[in-house]
Amino acid sequence: MVQLNEMTIHQLRDLLRAGEVSCREILEAVFAKIDAVESQIRSYITLCRDEAFAQAQRADEMLAAGEAPPLCGIPVAVKDNFSTAGVQTTCASRLLENYIPPFDAEAVARLKQAGAVLVGKTNLDEFGLGSSTENSQFCCTRNPWDLSRVPGGSSGGSAAAVAAGEAAAALGTDTGGSIRQPAAFCGVVGLKPTYGLVSRYGVVAAADSLDHVGPITRDVRDAALLLQVIAGWDPKDPTSVRKDVPDYEAALTGNIKGLVVGLPKEFMGDELDPEVKEAVFGAANLLESLGARVEEISLPHAEYAMATFYVIISAEISSNLARFDGVRYGYRAEAEDTVSMFIKTRQALGQEAKRRVLMGTYFLQAKNYEAYFLKALKVRTLIKGDFEKAFQRCDVLISPTTPTAAFGFGHRTQTPVTMYQSDIYTCTANLAGIPALTVPCGYTGEGLPVGVQFLGKPFDEPTVLRVGHAYEQHAGLPARQPQMEVEKNG
Amino acid sequence: MADWEVVIGLEVHAELLTKSKVFCGCSTEFGADPNSQVCPICLGLPGALPLLNRRAVELAVKAGLALNCRINQFSVFARKHYFYPDLSKAYQISQHELPLCSAGYVELLVGDKVRRIGINRVHLEEEAGKSVHAGEDIMSAAYSLLDYNRAGIGLIEIVTEPDIRSPEEARLFLEKLRQLLQYAEVSDCKMEEGSLRCDANISLRPKGSSTYGVKCEIKNLNSFRAVQRALEFEVERQKALLEAGELVVQETRHWDETQGVTFSMRSKEEAADYRYFPDPNLYPLEVEPSWVESIREELPELPDARRNRFVEQYDLSLYAAEILTSSRDLADYFEECVEEVNDPKLVSNWVMGEVQRWLKAHGLEAASSPVRPKDLAGLLRLVQENAVSNLVAKDVLEEMFATGKSAETIVEEKGLRQISDDSALEAMIAEVLEANPGPVADVKSGKAKAIGFLVGQVMKLSQGKANPQKVNELIRQKLQV
Repeated sequence: MVQLNEMTIHQLRDLLRAGEVSCREILEAVFAKIDAVESQIRSYITLCRDEAFAQAQRADEMLAAGEAPPLCGIPVAVKDNFSTAGVQTTCASRLLENYIPPFDAEAVARLKQAGAVLVGKTNLDEFGLGSSTENSQFCCTRNPWDLSRVPGGSSGGSAAAVAAGEAAAALGTDTGGSIRQPAAFCGVVGLKPTYGLVSRYGVVAAADSLDHVGPITRDVRDAALLLQVIAGWDPKDPTSVRKDVPDYEAALTGNIKGLVVGLPKEFMGDELDPEVKEAVFGAANLLESLGARVEEISLPHAEYAMATFYVIISAEISSNLARFDGVRYGYRAEAEDTVSMFIKTRQALGQEAKRRVLMGTYFLQAKNYEAYFLKALKVRTLIKGDFEKAFQRCDVLISPTTPTAAFGFGHRTQTPVTMYQSDIYTCTANLAGIPALTVPCGYTGEGLPVGVQFLGKPFDEPTVLRVGHAYEQHAGLPARQPQMEVEKNG
Repeated sequence: MADWEVVIGLEVHAELLTKSKVFCGCSTEFGADPNSQVCPICLGLPGALPLLNRRAVELAVKAGLALNCRINQFSVFARKHYFYPDLSKAYQISQHELPLCSAGYVELLVGDKVRRIGINRVHLEEEAGKSVHAGEDIMSAAYSLLDYNRAGIGLIEIVTEPDIRSPEEARLFLEKLRQLLQYAEVSDCKMEEGSLRCDANISLRPKGSSTYGVKCEIKNLNSFRAVQRALEFEVERQKALLEAGELVVQETRHWDETQGVTFSMRSKEEAADYRYFPDPNLYPLEVEPSWVESIREELPELPDARRNRFVEQYDLSLYAAEILTSSRDLADYFEECVEEVNDPKLVSNWVMGEVQRWLKAHGLEAASSPVRPKDLAGLLRLVQENAVSNLVAKDVLEEMFATGKSAETIVEEKGLRQISDDSALEAMIAEVLEANPGPVADVKSGKAKAIGFLVGQVMKLSQGKANPQKVNELIRQKLQV
């Protein structure tokens, strides 16, 4: 029997509507699990136990009154770079330790509006900078599938919480793969929607032109349900797009006959782990057997994506992190004068954040701007063009989500470029702003989850979700759960 | 010894007259309690995003049109980075490579010559907050307080070409610029409230040279007079260096108002690299030509055109028209009054003379004058009807400024109506002639000047209410001269 805390949103929704469980019981199951495993997994920076039970009670009252907003009573975890009114929002940085925002991020406000219960704020790489959650300044999140390995990052806490049954679903942010890579590492579903579909208002920016808000869930249907709630125009986000939001759940028809699926050859290179490669080819074959046509295609500028991505993200980060100067909020180092205060305060940034700030500062200097930043913007346009061309022929693209399954702690922290390479298949979608979904597609010999990525045309989430859902329905993966309790002490 | 040519370019910042800030909905009202007009956006709280105020764009375009600029259909917002406590995001949203307006000009009357000063660009940006230092100055202050009410107020930066050729011309340019921006209702241009600020770049070169000399940037110019004085000082300083065969160092210099000198703040090597890049939160701003045209329709008649019309329509001298159109309010004041009394010469004399005098004395502008144009018209009608003398009318106006009462009321209350009734005047004249046999004899013996003395005595006796022309007439009749 599947426990309440391990169920999908749609399973819980059906039980709640049938009156078979209460929101309170669901939340109790979630917190029971948290109490049992959180000391090892450490998904959360902040738990909102009391507020969550109060929200669950209101959700039960709404259900009793016959009102059932779409996420009524669903326990959701939120990455700790979303502003939450009255709840500290740290970005896993000492600079924002004890910072309590006076307002909710738009995505959080929409979750609350939809009746969701906020379980807590999840761990991340400081300011979203990293691919393993090892750059958190507060705690180290472990992968529920293997506690000696990282959960991925930067939304490692959100992915681990969903995988470990510590929440039904989670919100993450994805700047270069930060939803999809940890989702793949933790064996769950992650969606980075089209740029402009989900408001970024209230999300502490890493890089504004690359940041995306999206769901991390147990299955594709849940991703559709969560996206339905957070998608849509927000006048507070100037990059938000004014466009009707389709019915995403209705798009999950299971029928993908006649769709053209492109397989970019640049994403199947030597760096790709053979086990992952096999799993992705297996997924492609399955899609063919369901009536889709798989074609090899080329994204000729993909080889420049990672360099382009790191120039742009670093430049924007150097700009966005500059405001954490100790003057208005967050951490302040005591010093004799203002300039020393700035310097000492900012020394509290972690190593990776400092590295990006230094790189970004360099790229934006007047003498380097053209050679680096401007060049990167030009290549970004070429990469977008590659996708536009590919989508003239294809309905969706298929690729691995990550070159390898989850790696061990400390394996890549000393060599930043190997760490950056975990985003090699994901960051192109951020540069192009197109939707990208990761769905579990198998396990390595060591029992670690592997993800397959589906990419689509701008605002064509319905097709991406439809393909992901059809694949998921027919993949027939063994129903495994992470086995972290085995190692539990006592 | 070489003859030097002075080369000056100005960078002027003017706060826009929008009700709310340029990227959020906070009020821009001056003088509110510190940090009472702030929100997550202008405080730069993490996660807050800018939302462009449409009206700010319109005012900036209006400024560009008033300065004869080209309005660029696409312009780009860029981030300008520097660390300062009152800069809440550690960058200012500004425009760098593609400004909203470019390639304009302003025409100045310098002496009797029209000089055209090129405008390189006008761009839109946001204000920083304000630091208040506890103590004499920033270096000795024990602490500083920060007020972010100003943070995020819309600004335009106007950059001239290096076309200005003297410190006086720089001041005249600023006066003209202020006049234009006030006319267009883009900015109130109050230097004392900081809504208009100016930095100046200045260099010297031998007359006839086609290359520029090494320039210095002068900061802390807090009045038009300071601009002229600082530049005059700088001309002499640079001239002395050059004539001694030394080099001018490219640097930023600070004007010390009390000592009347500039001193070095930082050299070119120390100059900041602002690391400009396009703000990823704000897409390129598109201003459609049709939008520009609708903004152009909002523009009022600009000062040069209005001055020329005044000369033609009201038959005024160029000098009078120039003064009357120096501000939009004053020109409106004049025209409203003329509409009531239909005597442009009379109105122009009064507005330029007595009205201006009392406005100045009360520290008021035409727009805030307690004596409205129709009030002044009321007074001038009494003058036209000979109900009061010019002299009395001046006193009545003073009283109007002081009490806010109408001219009619004051004249009635104080019984100031002019006496033109022959019998009343004749009695007074008889009294004066009897008391002054000497001057009477003088007049009779042909010294016409003495009549003035006698008229004066009658005026005195009547407490100024006698009609002086009438008195003059009657005395002449009486003495048969």
